[in-house]
Amino acid sequence: MSARNPEYDFKWCPGCGDFGVRRALEWAMQEHAEKTETPMSNSVIIAGIGCSGNLVHLVEGDQPFGVHGIHGRSLPVAFGVKQARPETNTIVVAGDGDFLSIGAEHIGPAAQRNVDITCVIMDNGVYGLTKGQASPTTIFGTLTSSTPFGKLEASVKPFEQYLAHGVSFIGSHYSSRPRDLARLIGEAMDHKGFSIVHVQSPCTTYNDTFDLLKGNKKAGIAPLVYDVPEDHDPSDKNAAEAVARAPGVPLGVIYREERPTLEDLQEDLRKKARSRTAEEMIATYSI
Amino acid sequence: MAPDSLGPGTMEEHLGKTDLVVRFAGEAGVVTSAESLAATAAQAGYHVQTYATFPSQILGGPVHTQVHISTSPTLSDGDDVDVLVAFSEEAFNSHKDALVTDGVIIYNSGEFDPPGDSHSFGLPFDEIAKEVGNARASNMVVLGAIAPLANFPLEALKDYVTRRFTRGRPGDEQIVNANSQALDRGATAAHNSGFHLTELDPPIRPDYEQIMISGNAAIAVGAVQGGLDFYAGYPISPATTILVWMEHNLVGEGRFTYQVASEIEAIGAIIGAGYNGSKSMTATSGPGVALMSEGLGFAWMAEIPCVVVDVQRGGPATGLPTKTEQSDLFACMYPAHGDARMPVIAPGTVEECFYAGALAVNWAERYQGPVMLMTEMQQAERSQNIPKPDLSKVIATPREVYKGANGYQRYESDELGPMPLPGGPGAYVANASEHDGMGDSTHLPIRHVRGMERRFGKLKLLNDGPYEIENADAGIAVMPWGGSKGTVREAYLRLRDEGVDLGWLYAMTLHPLPDAISKELAGKELVIVPELNYQGQWSRLLRSDGYRATSITQYTGLPFKVRDLVDQIKQAIEIHRGGKVLV
Repeated sequence: MSARNPEYDFKWCPGCGDFGVRRALEWAMQEHAEKTETPMSNSVIIAGIGCSGNLVHLVEGDQPFGVHGIHGRSLPVAFGVKQARPETNTIVVAGDGDFLSIGAEHIGPAAQRNVDITCVIMDNGVYGLTKGQASPTTIFGTLTSSTPFGKLEASVKPFEQYLAHGVSFIGSHYSSRPRDLARLIGEAMDHKGFSIVHVQSPCTTYNDTFDLLKGNKKAGIAPLVYDVPEDHDPSDKNAAEAVARAPGVPLGVIYREERPTLEDLQEDLRKKARSRTAEEMIATYSI
Repeated sequence: MAPDSLGPGTMEEHLGKTDLVVRFAGEAGVVTSAESLAATAAQAGYHVQTYATFPSQILGGPVHTQVHISTSPTLSDGDDVDVLVAFSEEAFNSHKDALVTDGVIIYNSGEFDPPGDSHSFGLPFDEIAKEVGNARASNMVVLGAIAPLANFPLEALKDYVTRRFTRGRPGDEQIVNANSQALDRGATAAHNSGFHLTELDPPIRPDYEQIMISGNAAIAVGAVQGGLDFYAGYPISPATTILVWMEHNLVGEGRFTYQVASEIEAIGAIIGAGYNGSKSMTATSGPGVALMSEGLGFAWMAEIPCVVVDVQRGGPATGLPTKTEQSDLFACMYPAHGDARMPVIAPGTVEECFYAGALAVNWAERYQGPVMLMTEMQQAERSQNIPKPDLSKVIATPREVYKGANGYQRYESDELGPMPLPGGPGAYVANASEHDGMGDSTHLPIRHVRGMERRFGKLKLLNDGPYEIENADAGIAVMPWGGSKGTVREAYLRLRDEGVDLGWLYAMTLHPLPDAISKELAGKELVIVPELNYQGQWSRLLRSDGYRATSITQYTGLPFKVRDLVDQIKQAIEIHRGGKVLV
């Protein structure tokens, strides 16, 4: 929305991974709109705080609705958005700090409900907006402004966490292949239930991991990213756990489980439960 | 008997000429006993209200309940006890001093035998119940015993038993018979005891339709009448009954209730639902309000309609989870950091709870923002027979949905416009950061100035709260808030009968105050605010707005007594007249 708004003064740094994620999400939303014959405005992007959150204001082309709320609370807001009108294509965008630190308590309930929300996580392994502090996915021992003697905590293992919570669709990708990423986000939107696409989206200022991810032959760096093998069965939780534990950054679908969504269960329940007017309710208190 | 014949009131309602206050104290059965007696008395045509206090545990512990029965509408829980029913020795010892001089104690002689006195007689509640063939009928033994003491109609109790236990199940008749026999046995025993109380006047049956409802249920029904679509909540005493009510009732097409994982999730969820077109609400208590504070600031900033009910309990921190207090006013008026002041509705009676529930939902739509509805444990748990709410007076304010072209600047104007709805035109960002017309973040000073003025300016749309002004000529007025209203009202009426020149001010909406109340406040030399907190929160807020106000405070976890208030209000007036500085 920044194109129409000269006042909006937030900028991602040149080369930021979030540019690629934004483009991928735009494509995925457009395709979803075409496929479902709904307007772009039927999508709502809910963001928290951090560089990631500004994606809401930077979407180009047809505009979705947006919420740019408070730190870590995107999932609760998205839950309410989805409850109000299940037909809304509900998308959460968040960084690793927003999602896995301050907002981590909300992943479990969303997964257990299997609420039909799609999360796109931009993991850059650092708090960028506040200028370079250690984040949940910062590697043990790393020097940052808030860990001048090295990070003392083990880094979070997002995929193992997601699996343990029962997230029913888990995808992994990185920001440098937006076409592939868009397809993966599209799959996550098509998935009935709670889906997370966890994206390595490097911070070029504080934690530039592009070379590590892609590899750099000249520097003798082997790439971390690898395509999820074709024979991987995402419906096999043991196989998914093996991928989650393996070193490197898999690209593709790690886990997919078909089970009823909260919306399905509520639809069934609504058929059973009779809606009463206030007048009928008052009648039950008559003397 | 409780003091009767206080003389004719000068106002519409009168203090009861004849009142009966019954307290049930012990561990088990006291809630059922009180509910049964209250329901029966209401059915017979009396006015009743109940009071209950519990420990914070699942079962047992010292509990007591109280039923105030009157021939005219009840205002307070009743200062003094005419009949004390003691289920245990501990209960007997803790409550015997609450008895009026000519009161009677009925104790469970199957449990204990106190040293003989001229006030008490024993009944083996449980043994009698077993003898009539239903071990669970001991409550009815007790109620049967109360009837002859006060000339309370035994037949009304029998009718109640028949209605309650006729549920179309096999064995109904046997249960009804056993309970009816239990009533008879209790009545006979009481009759033979030689004790009696001054006779309770026959009821003056109201000529209007009534319902018997608790404060929390009244809020819930009111919110539904206001058009509530979505409720999210997390269990917390004493607000849980609203969550449970909603889970059972806010169901069906387009409606849903969800028990979420925390109060933080609850506020997020109702903001999300409010944004996406649902009228949404949560209910909590003080600790939950604390957790919701950032979310409330967000709702205020992004201008999202939603309602937060705070059923207050003793604080701070975990405080007194099952006791009553009015100490969250600061927290509800200013829950958020930064500049924000929430609209606050604080109903003062069970009847008002209904209208407050509806008004809160309507206000949220009208000014497009969060609304706080404050009540407290005492009122939440209180059951009372009230006039059946007139639904024709409560019109739900519809959501105004934007239907124009894209490019809509929702936040641009100083005046409110319709809200765009996802799926429709006018895509914008609901932003917790300062923002421009379409909700994009901005740091421009003029945007912060205009945003701030817009958010505070629209509060003027909410000046239609109900209020009461009486004896406006008096220089000193009493002004209760929230659920202390009834007790203060009774004290006020007594003082007026004594000839004290005192005005009455009351507003169900504490922020914004109705213009008429602000005008009255400005003209008073002193406003006395009885309130259940330490700091005198409402009078402090009134003083900060430039009014001359002082508080009568109590922070015991218990409600006011009328008698204490009468004395303290007199004292406050004397001190003021003596020229002393009140702080």
